[in-house]
Amino acid sequence: MNKVPNVISKDGKQEMSTANSILELVGVRKVYGSAVAVEGVDLTLHNGEFLTFLGPSGSGKTTTLAMIAGLQMPTAGKILLNGQAVDPLPPYKRNIGMVFQNYALFPHMTVAGNIGFPLEMRGVDAAERKRRIAKTLELIGLPNMGDRYPHQLSGGQQQRVALGRAIVFEPPLLLMDEPLGALDKKLRVQMQLEITRLHRELGISILYVTHDQEEALVMSDRIAVFNDGKIEQLGTAKDLYERPSTAFVAGFLGESNFFHGTVSGLSDGRCFMETPYGQLGAFNNAALQVGDEATLAVRPERLFLYRGRDKKQENCVSGTLTDLIYLGQSRKCVLRTANGDEVVALQHAQQVEEASMIIGEEVCVTWNCADANALSHRTASN
Amino acid sequence: MNLVAKNPMNKNAWLIVPAIVVILCFFIYPVSWLLIDSFARPKWGIQNYEVVLGRFVYLKVLLNTFTISAGTTFWCAVIGYPVAYTMAHCSKRTRRLLIFVVLIPFWTSLLVRTFAWMVLLQKTGLINQTLLTLGVIAEPIALIYNRIGVYIGMVQVLLPFLIFPLYSVMLRIDRNYSFAAATLGAPPVRNFFRIYLPLTLPGLVSGGTLVFVSSLGYYITPALLGGPADLMIAQLIERQISTSGNWGMAGALAVLLLVVTAICLGVVHRIIGVKTAWGR
Repeated sequence: MNKVPNVISKDGKQEMSTANSILELVGVRKVYGSAVAVEGVDLTLHNGEFLTFLGPSGSGKTTTLAMIAGLQMPTAGKILLNGQAVDPLPPYKRNIGMVFQNYALFPHMTVAGNIGFPLEMRGVDAAERKRRIAKTLELIGLPNMGDRYPHQLSGGQQQRVALGRAIVFEPPLLLMDEPLGALDKKLRVQMQLEITRLHRELGISILYVTHDQEEALVMSDRIAVFNDGKIEQLGTAKDLYERPSTAFVAGFLGESNFFHGTVSGLSDGRCFMETPYGQLGAFNNAALQVGDEATLAVRPERLFLYRGRDKKQENCVSGTLTDLIYLGQSRKCVLRTANGDEVVALQHAQQVEEASMIIGEEVCVTWNCADANALSHRTASN
Repeated sequence: MNLVAKNPMNKNAWLIVPAIVVILCFFIYPVSWLLIDSFARPKWGIQNYEVVLGRFVYLKVLLNTFTISAGTTFWCAVIGYPVAYTMAHCSKRTRRLLIFVVLIPFWTSLLVRTFAWMVLLQKTGLINQTLLTLGVIAEPIALIYNRIGVYIGMVQVLLPFLIFPLYSVMLRIDRNYSFAAATLGAPPVRNFFRIYLPLTLPGLVSGGTLVFVSSLGYYITPALLGGPADLMIAQLIERQISTSGNWGMAGALAVLLLVVTAICLGVVHRIIGVKTAWGR
């Protein structure tokens, strides 16, 4: 998964390393009139890396991509491609491949014409062009489709042609803007695997934009979570899922239960908070100090669910079981606390059957401190 | 989609009855009479066609008509394309203003506009006077009673017929096509000629066809702004009727125009229709 171990220093932070980076964004901002679309993005994409911009619509991820492609000019900041500033370069001189959300296949050209277009623009002669078109058609699994027009293809086939057109000229960097958004679920999963395969085979660096967290988890080496024009957190899928640094990340990537309180004690990387449910403990992920307002986030699958009110346990929140939702491989248990908060716990089928709980019962949940994250309240409330 | 779209179409077919009645009464019926007249007057036979096809002057006028129509279409395309482009890619406010400006000519009668051109274009007209005063020219230039006058008058009148169909096609073109071409390495000029222009071709063809066909029957503008060499077939038809009362000849000329127009359109659609077949 992690292809760039040599640039992670001892303290786990990424180092700026121009030698190994294909793309760098430094303080990139984009303002439309009075609306800020991108607030200031710093980012380094390593050679051969698959990095995903994940975020809700309007969070600035597509705008950032468009600035890298040269289709939008940044209001401030710098974009470096292979160590060279590309800001003065128009898109047609950047040599970056891009796959558009709606594919943007030229309807008046055949599949071969579409794929050959970037070669034609680069003055590649007809024989060589033909050879590389054939090779690309093979690569995208449509060897006999060269003579078709885009409207004669299915959505998935159009998607492949768009991909082929963007890689036929062997760009060092490929940008993909929600390329699978228009496909149905099954096809999407299949294309995810195929794109991952192409990434591996071609060794190309990919920046991928999506709002689908599952897609991001499946495909990416690293994920940048966008919110309100900023990168909230950048890291591997595991980093982001296990150690979210803000409540937004904890809530957007997967599901989380949140408890608010004030930090009352620190020990051994842990942090204890006074909350309406008594003292709760978690991993201190945000360098919190005693007295800080804080939010504790814990994943539903990290909760242990017990019958009754076991007050001896630390980290114990109790309430009434209000819902048991059958999900096949697991079961979602919803309990409502005396304060009216909802807490969701996920249990494996086996555990559920053994416990055989019923709706309306008094239950309590608990967790290991290391499995929960204490986050700063300031970033949590934005 | 098909189920929904097809049934109401059939049920509501009666809605086009008024239009069909109008066409039958005011187009098919008189044109049929003209066709019959061309063979029946002054006596039954093909003598009218022998004259029309046999005499150089008639063919010359027919050629004139097509040259002027083609020229008008060409100039409308050259002038109208950038206007349509601007209209399709500017802010909403500018767009409203441009649509208004393009439509203004429709609010005045053709005759008034043509006379206005006479005032502007003649030797002692506004344009020549201004240029003379400014010293740009020493002698008045001939802007009227020749081909230039005909083109100026006709292009001005017919421009909206080219602009609007083109504009509506341009509005529907996804900007991402040009963006995609740019990221694939196409500089602006090649981007335009390889991507944008071919995509707007259907609009250019339908607008151009409208202008061309309308030009073929033009009468007032060439009559007032043109010279003797710019005689068009509509004027010839009018003369046959008003000066010699020769309905048979007029009919033959009209039928000839109709046939040649149909052939022209057929050829155009054959050539360009194939090219734009991708457009579903």
